[in-house]
Formats: sequence, C-alpha cells, structure tokens
Amino acid sequence: MFAKRLAVPLLLGALTAGLAAGAEAQVKIGVVSSATGPVALVGIPQKNSVPLLPASIAGQTVQYIALDDASDPTATVTAFKKLITEEKVDAIIGPSGSPNAMGVIPFAAEAGVPMLAPVGSAAAVLPMTDQKKWVFKTTQNDDLIAEALLDHMAKTGVKTAGFIGAADPFGDNWLKVFAEGLAKRGIKLVATERFQRQDTSLTAQGLKILSARPDAVLVAAPGSASVLPQTTLYDQGYRGKVYQTHGAALPDFLKLGGKKVEGTILAASLMLVLDQMPDSHPSKKIAADYIAAYEKLNGSKPATFGANVYDAGLLLERTIPVALKSGEPGTAAFRGALRDALEQVKELAGTQGVYTMTPADHSGFDARGRELITVSGGKWTLVK
Amino acid sequence: MNFQIIMLLGQDGITNGAIYALLALSILLVFTVTRILLIPQGEFVSFAALTMAAMQGGTPVRLGWLLLALAAAAFVMDIQAGFRRDGRLAIRRGSAFGLLYAAGLTALTVLVPLAEAGVAVQALATVALMVPLGLAIYRVFYQPIAAAHPLVLLIVSIAVHVVMVGIGLLMFGPEGARTEPFSDGVLSFGMVMLNSQTIWVVAVSLALILGLYLFFERSLYGKALRAAAVNRLGAELVGISPELAGKASFALAGLIGSLSGILIAPITTIYYDSGFIIGLKGFVCAIIGGLASYPAAAIGALLIAQAESFSTFWASSYKEVIVFTLILPVLVWRSLSHHGAEDEE
Repeated sequence: MFAKRLAVPLLLGALTAGLAAGAEAQVKIGVVSSATGPVALVGIPQKNSVPLLPASIAGQTVQYIALDDASDPTATVTAFKKLITEEKVDAIIGPSGSPNAMGVIPFAAEAGVPMLAPVGSAAAVLPMTDQKKWVFKTTQNDDLIAEALLDHMAKTGVKTAGFIGAADPFGDNWLKVFAEGLAKRGIKLVATERFQRQDTSLTAQGLKILSARPDAVLVAAPGSASVLPQTTLYDQGYRGKVYQTHGAALPDFLKLGGKKVEGTILAASLMLVLDQMPDSHPSKKIAADYIAAYEKLNGSKPATFGANVYDAGLLLERTIPVALKSGEPGTAAFRGALRDALEQVKELAGTQGVYTMTPADHSGFDARGRELITVSGGKWTLVK
Repeated sequence: MNFQIIMLLGQDGITNGAIYALLALSILLVFTVTRILLIPQGEFVSFAALTMAAMQGGTPVRLGWLLLALAAAAFVMDIQAGFRRDGRLAIRRGSAFGLLYAAGLTALTVLVPLAEAGVAVQALATVALMVPLGLAIYRVFYQPIAAAHPLVLLIVSIAVHVVMVGIGLLMFGPEGARTEPFSDGVLSFGMVMLNSQTIWVVAVSLALILGLYLFFERSLYGKALRAAAVNRLGAELVGISPELAGKASFALAGLIGSLSGILIAPITTIYYDSGFIIGLKGFVCAIIGGLASYPAAAIGALLIAQAESFSTFWASSYKEVIVFTLILPVLVWRSLSHHGAEDEE
C-alpha cells in the first residue's frame, strides 16, 4: 500500500524531470536513414553513427530524432514531414538513398530546413537551384572521384573503355560523368552495360563487354553488387584493367572478390587506407577517432557511409554557434542562419576530406577528399 | 555474336533455367496440394545460400535459432489445439520430436566448427535446417487457416514473405555473400567450354526432378499427395490427412528451395532480399504451366531463362521488362483457350 502511494508521486516526478530535460534540449536535429530494406547496407552504419554525433553544441543540448524510412522514398517523405511539422527540427541529416533524397528536397526547401544529405548522387546538389540551396551533401561528388580514375586511365595509356553499372540513379549518374570525362580525354567508350543488384548471372553483360575488347572497364555499383560484374569478367578471361567507384569501398568487396579483384583500382576516401596515410593529412586524426568510437560502440568497423553522417555532425558543430547569433533554435531565423552558415564553411576537416562550401558547391570536397587505391595482396593499398 | 557467344549464353540460360524449373515445380506442388501460392519460396533459396555462406565464413549460423523459435511455436500450438479438441493437455509425439530435433540441430550448429567441415557436410547441415523450417512455417502460419479462401492464403503468404525478408536482414546483414564452388575447373569440348558448376546445377536439378517423379508415381506418400492435390475432400474421405499433405509439401518446398540456394550460391552473390526476384521468375514459369502442369512449367522455365540470357545480351537495361512481359501473351492465350473458370473458387 505504501509502495503504491509512493509510486504515483515518484512517477510524476520522473515525468516532470523528463519534461524538463526535454525543454532543455533546444536544438532539434532529425535523422532519417534506411536501416532496413534494400539500402540497408548504407543505412545501418549511418543509424549506428547517430549516438556518436555531438550531444551539445555551444552550450545548447542537441536532441536527435532518428527515423527509419525502410529504403522507401514515400516513407522518407512521411518521415521528413513528421520531423518538420510535428517535431519542428532545425536541420535534418539524411536520407540514405539518392532517390529518397531527390523526393524530399522540395519539402525541406519549402519549410526552410537545412538538409545534410549523406547520399552519393551529385544530382542532390547539382545543378544548383532555389530548392537545392537548402541541401548540403556530405559525400564526394561522383565527378571528383571520376576525375581521379579518368586521369589514371589517361596516364596509363588506356585508349578504349567499357562501362558496367547498376540500373539505378547511382549507375545513371556515373555513366553520365564517365562518358563526359572519357570524351574530354579522347578515350573511346566501346561498351555500356547495365545490371540489377539481385541479378543471379551477368554472363551476357560480361560477354558483350568482352567482345568489345576495351583496355579498361569501370564497374559502377554500390556495395557488394560491385563484385559480381568484376568476377564474371575475370572468369570469362578478361585481363584488362578494372576500375571501381567509391561504392565498392567496403570490406565485403575484398571478402567476396578474393583473388579475382586483385589489382582493382578505385578512388575513395582515405578511411580505407588510414594507416598508410601521412600524419599531415588533416582528416587522419578525425577519421581515426571516429573509427575507434564506432568500434567501441558497435563492435565492428564502420563503412564509409556512417562517416558521412558523422561529418554532418561536424558541420553542425561548426555552424550552430554562428547561427545562434541570429535567432533562437526552433525559429525560421535560426534555420535560415544555419543554412547561410553552412554555405560559408571553410577548411573544415571531416572524416573523408576537407569541406569548403560555396553558394555553387554544396558538397565542398577538393582533391584531399579522395585517394587512389588499389587492391594488392587482398588489402587496400594506397597508390603512390 | 558468334557461335561461342551463343553457346555461352545458352549455357547461362540452362543454368538459370534449371533453378527456375526447380522453383516452379515447388510452387506448383505447394499450390496444387494446399492452394497456397508460396511467395516465400524465394526466401528458402536465399536463406539456404546465406546460411551456407555463414558456415563457410565461420560466422554464427543464426538460422538454427529461427528454426528453434518456430518449432517452439509449433509445439505450443499443437498442445493448444489438442487441448481444444480433447479438453486435456497432452504432448503429441510428432511435435515433441520436432522441438527436440530443432534444439539438437541448433546446438550442433553452435558447437560444431562447420567452417572446416567440407562442402558436403555444410550442404547437408543447410538442408537439415531448411526442411524442418518449411514444415514449421506451414504448421505455424498456414495450418490454422488451411481451409480459408485462397485469397486469404495469398495475403498470409505475402505477410510471411515480408517478415522473412526482415528476419533475413537481421540474421545475415545487408551485405551479399557467396560460397565456395563445389569443384573448380572447366571442361572443354572442342569450342564449347562447360563450367563445372553448371554441370552440378543441371545434374542435381535433373536428379531432383527424377526423384520427385518417382516419389509421386511410385511411393504411397507421393500418391497420397497427388490425391490431395486432385480433390482435397475426397482424399480426406479415404483417410489422407490434409495436415500431413500440407506439411509434406512444405517440407519438399524447403528441400527444393535449399538445394536451389546451395547450387546457385557459388555462381552469384546472394543478398537477404535476392529470393523474391528468383522466386518471382519461378512463379512466372509456374504460371506458364497454368499452375497445374509440371512439364509445361519446366519447359517454360527453360524458355524464360533463355529469353532472359539473350535479351540481356542485346539490351541489358530492359532485361526484366522483357522477361516479365513474356507472361502477358501466355495469360492471353490461356484465357482464350480455356474459356470459363477452371477453379471452382
């Protein structure tokens, strides 16, 4: 009886304490990731990185509201609307997939909420429009990565090239960037093939490329889908150079590919070859800290996708103090100032490179955001 | 396009066709016996492939726990059903054995280092896990509503499929996996190169189809299953338990699905959600067989796979469009040639 009489006030006390804590959390950040569904390999490390985001910035507690969109673009829109209208968030980190991101840009722009998108496709920020000025991308643009690959091709005397890419926006954008870059360097594109992630056999595509006899082949697919085209080509006897995009930059690529992906060349973030990087690189320490913290929390090494969410936290850490001068969190003035501050970020070292945003460039990476890497002895190795 | 390319594409089509044929037969079998469209058939394939990959990679084999959970649920449901019927609590020997088997097998997968056990043992362990899984899925999800309208059964099938994909993500993670080939090496007959894995796929598929044929034609259980497929009520009147028929067809579906998964895992990367598209193609082939004829479904499978292989060569971006459009003329032709409802429901 006594316990029961005591329970109610205790409960009330706990509730009010909770409410008080809730009121204290002044900056609200929404996080939308695809922890389930087909994009889960991108979304899971992103969701796991949320606890590593800064808990307080410039004396303000930051509250993160994480939602899962199950890789479904419609669910992403619902999640964004909920975050904007019900939670009145100051900024949103997410979503994980490029198609999902393209669908929510108008809603973020209409509500005037800055959106930090850890997605691959450059279409999220290019070409710059009135709506896209609210979007900032925490990954390298495809053309930055492609440039490194294309330069390497030109330098090593490649004359003809083939392309095999995923039949999705990732593959689409890569085909566009790659074809333009090849044309500029006078290299002929002799074969373009597409495939689905779940295809059980790529024999036909491989044969088509093989019969065109290119000097080099670029495989453009996210995650472990990038392995099968390359192993198929290897099995069919192709011994030319094979290039991969940063989409292949995962431990599973080495595990699944084995000996058949030896000698692959790709451009990706320095996180893959951190121990081989010189200490002078501005990102080395930040990336090492992130990897250590992630490993401590989750017991496994993070994929670079998680680092893109972590970088969004770094960007907010830099810009929220600036935005606070213009208004209280939760107001339109604050969100607008936050957007303006994000656009002014200069020389901010993140886990994968250095951000210098401009009104035209909302991704902000330069050549420090990519390293040329090859697979040698079953390990990622820096190309010197 | 020269002779060698045609041969290689044909070979690719035959490999895939053999798998589609197996899945089509399995979907047909389950449909004729129980009126359930087995949408989770593809999940049997991906679960088996990923379980085998987990064994080879030395990571925990989580499928055992799923089997154990389902067997426990089946055990409880059996006791509950017995209580409702007889008014007393009694443990049926079959369900107790199922639970013990699942517990024993799960313990084995945890204790025995399967990574060094060799491909044959791993394949056997995978099949040993998948067959009772199929059985348990029938017991838990379908048996309580076995007499329901086929539409209800279809809705439950979709639900089971969606849940299994989610559980697959939880058990195996978002990354794909592949397994070691059964044997390395390429056989060459003059200009034609035959991949040894292709021979495995075709040989095992043919053996399985022959085995199924003998089972249905020669054995009493097979004949009972066929009887249940022809007329459920009539079969029940002559003493064939529809429960047993349902369980047997799901166990066979588990067997066929797991063998298909084991066969294709060395050729391709399988993801937790790969099963659906593979199963869907098996389903298209079963539709070509009118959900009634086994030989038509098998021939349909070969045709679909060849069409897929060659259309990929010509226009890889439109492959799925071409393959799934093929079903339209078949449906039109079927609706014109078989006028009226075949199904009394």
